[in-house]
Amino acid sequence: MSTVSCVECAAEIELAENTEVGEIIVCPDCGVDLEVTALNPATIELAPMEQEDWGE
Amino acid sequence: MQPRLKIGVLYSRVRVEEKWIFAAMEKRGIDYDRLDDRSIHFDLSDPTPWQQYDAVLERSISYNSGLYALRLLNAFGVPTVNRASVAEICGDKLMTSALFTRDGVPQPHNITAFTPEAALEAIEEFGYPVVLKPVVGSWGRLLAKVNDRDAAEAVLEHKATLGSVQHSVFYIQEYIKKPGRDIRAIVIGERVLTAMYRKSDHWITNTARGGEGELCPITPEIEDLCLRAAKSVGGGVLAVDLIEHPERGYLVNEINHTMEFHTMQPVSGIDIAGEIVEYVMSAAREKTAAV
Repeated sequence: MSTVSCVECAAEIELAENTEVGEIIVCPDCGVDLEVTALNPATIELAPMEQEDWGE
Repeated sequence: MQPRLKIGVLYSRVRVEEKWIFAAMEKRGIDYDRLDDRSIHFDLSDPTPWQQYDAVLERSISYNSGLYALRLLNAFGVPTVNRASVAEICGDKLMTSALFTRDGVPQPHNITAFTPEAALEAIEEFGYPVVLKPVVGSWGRLLAKVNDRDAAEAVLEHKATLGSVQHSVFYIQEYIKKPGRDIRAIVIGERVLTAMYRKSDHWITNTARGGEGELCPITPEIEDLCLRAAKSVGGGVLAVDLIEHPERGYLVNEINHTMEFHTMQPVSGIDIAGEIVEYVMSAAREKTAAV
């Protein structure tokens, strides 16, 4: 299991086994949306802000 | 021997739906590429890299990126789920309503106008309350329930001043006193796969806004209505949203063409991701059979 550090509040976050690149995780401490940008080693970035034409 | 089919999955974020779709692809041993719409590019003078795909499943979060990708792929002769023409209609509430009018699909009373003045006049004539919706947009965002003239003037002015030009296409809908819920049905091809009530105490019942899901029996009436609505917009993999009108019965409110189903799949127990993948494969097989 990989551990990453929240880019906003530095909280340690453990990634689940089945985490995928491109997945959005929520920091359990500060609640910010983070995007998993790589695995092995795991890296995260702040997730992009929601755009007006986003949806389903 | 049947040639091995190559599938592309265009996406922006790996949501739980994309995880399920990737897993369904892998379970079936399908040869597929993950295509992140933030990192791809299309060289218009060389469509061959894209023509390797026998079909592309579009799961973009951005309506514009998804739509243009579909238009390009279809222009290159690549089958897509859904087709660009379907995305064009479903992504635009006004176009969806126009086709429902053409095909006699029951829908809420909608009015459109292109200036705040004309919109206000139409609302005054129609009576309050009404709901103002952006023609493009989703997840229940920027919907406004307008209860009186003061609110109408304020919302229309804000939309015209602060919004993009598209917000000056005013889409005005009757406010329906629905029974604290609406219905979402998944239609794939000619089949209504499953349906779910979305419950909420708020007038916006979208699950993206916290509405809860509960299985809804597919009555012959719901099935017929969903199939007619799906056919009207061109068919494919679609989520049809129904409203229960106290007098008029079931009405089709809108159709989503890149639907989320993280609530529906567990509530229904149906492998929606697997069904989508099967549909994509049938589109790919149709293409290779036609060649």
